Amino acid sequence: MADVKKIATRDSYGNALKELGAKYEDLVVFDADLAGATKTGVFKKAFPGRHFDCGIAEGNMMAVAAGAAAMGLVLFASTFAMFAAGRAFEQVRNSIGYPHLNVKIGATHGGISVGEDGASHQCCEDFALMRSIPGMVVMSPSDDVEARAMVEAAYKYVGPVYMRFGRAGVPVFHNEETFSFEIGKGEVLQDGTDVAVIANGLMVAEAMEAGKALSEAGISARIINMATIKPLDEELVLKAARECGKVITCEEHNILGGLGEAVCGLLSEKCPTPVRRIGVNDEFGHSGPAGALLKQFGLSAEHIVSVARELCGK
Amino acid sequence: MTTSEKKQLMATACKVRMGVIKGTHAAKAGHPGGSLSAADLVTYLYFREMRVDPQNPKWEDRDRFVLSKGHTVPGLYAALAQRGFFPEEDLLTLRQIGSHLQGHPNMNLTPGIDMSTGSLGQGVSVAAGMALAARHQGKSCRVYTLLGDGEIQEGEVWEALMFAHHYKLDNLCVIIDNNGLQIDGAVADVMSPYPIPDKLRAFGFEVAEIDGHDFDQMETAFAKARATHGVPFAIVMKTTKGKGVSFMENQAGWHGKAPNDEEYEIAMKELSAQLAEVEGM
Repeated sequence: MADVKKIATRDSYGNALKELGAKYEDLVVFDADLAGATKTGVFKKAFPGRHFDCGIAEGNMMAVAAGAAAMGLVLFASTFAMFAAGRAFEQVRNSIGYPHLNVKIGATHGGISVGEDGASHQCCEDFALMRSIPGMVVMSPSDDVEARAMVEAAYKYVGPVYMRFGRAGVPVFHNEETFSFEIGKGEVLQDGTDVAVIANGLMVAEAMEAGKALSEAGISARIINMATIKPLDEELVLKAARECGKVITCEEHNILGGLGEAVCGLLSEKCPTPVRRIGVNDEFGHSGPAGALLKQFGLSAEHIVSVARELCGK
Repeated sequence: MTTSEKKQLMATACKVRMGVIKGTHAAKAGHPGGSLSAADLVTYLYFREMRVDPQNPKWEDRDRFVLSKGHTVPGLYAALAQRGFFPEEDLLTLRQIGSHLQGHPNMNLTPGIDMSTGSLGQGVSVAAGMALAARHQGKSCRVYTLLGDGEIQEGEVWEALMFAHHYKLDNLCVIIDNNGLQIDGAVADVMSPYPIPDKLRAFGFEVAEIDGHDFDQMETAFAKARATHGVPFAIVMKTTKGKGVSFMENQAGWHGKAPNDEEYEIAMKELSAQLAEVEGM
């Protein structure tokens, strides 16, 4: 995909907010001193009266957002994934999740592709934390087109939503003209019958690349983009498991608590199927360029290919 | 405030205190101490200060109250019941399975509860968010929040106060119930928050210091709050934890303990005598 245009989904987030801001007057954005990095600054420039900086106080920001949502505004609260899901977990749980308030958490800089900042800022636990809150929608888009559609879907949905966006550029492969997004629905990008590869975030592009390489090796892989981790598209996962017999999950997240475990939990109860989970193997990241880190941690098309070949015995 | 209005408030506060005792006794759990210290304040808010409509609890332009010290909700429930948001006999279902009266406030279950709280420090942030949103929406409603003096040990409280001042939330009134006691003992011994008014002033608040059991002082303070523009307002009220029930007064042990049958009888007798005295005034 070297010739494909790359856009970081955090940029998509900022651009989507700006577009939606023109359409919806009740859309208000909060940030915690990271407007330049989370790209809510793009919205701020267009709608300065609807962007409020909360300073470096993420817990307060989430509870303030809850209060504003209780008054009927549609709040997008943004910071890095580490602080949105991590530091502010309890405010999100008690002041947003428990009262089921209409706050959209736009968390950028998820995963190890944060790169040079190192482990303190590479959040690989956010899916796990946010999935554990009853009623919370948890999503991670694969590219620019999907990310922008997701932000609009989140605006229209009534209730708390957590969205994780990335810092690094990712290939844009969806066709804007034909693409439509629905919360809780997965997307089959390539059909196949030998193994199902279920991915989200930047791992979707890797999975698509792996799918092509596997075809050449005589393995028919079904590639699925599972942008919504919760609620999981159970029907699509079960169908894939029944028809392919083998499943691989891919996510830029700890293999504990994220997409992999969501899929395993479903399959172990309803359709026991051999699964391999590709993700960060319960360890902290470290500093380095995003691309090199992703390779080092096995978050690559090459690794998906080797796991699929092992699983398929080819 | 006329003498008869004040007398009415005093009688209502007595009934609110009885509701606290009835509810916690029936539940065999709950937090009477801090509910009693704040009973006069919640009475004043719901019977004199706030614009609310018990027939339309979700009225968009109502004033909001966030009980940041959510554990003292038995007092708020009693005030809401007195005000007609739900039947008084519901108080006896406090903390029971199936009751709309949860151990801590739930905005989606109880008519009149504006925010779910209980985890200390968060309510004041929520109230600041409501105040910001109300101004943004051009609503004239005001937002009130009540914190415990132990609660202000939470760092988030000061994040919220900084926010309130930064955004000049003069439609926000922060009230601190300074009863001086928390679970482990005196707030001064556990982790001193003192001097509270000075700290609030340093955070840019206009501050009133009052006796939290004196309705005249409340009237003056709330009038001043409404007349203050450009900065948020705080009321630090000195109170007695367990106020109104002799054996609960100034006892940290009554923070989170329910009266047994015998204690219930004594407490109700004392409060009935106080009510009779007020009514005979």
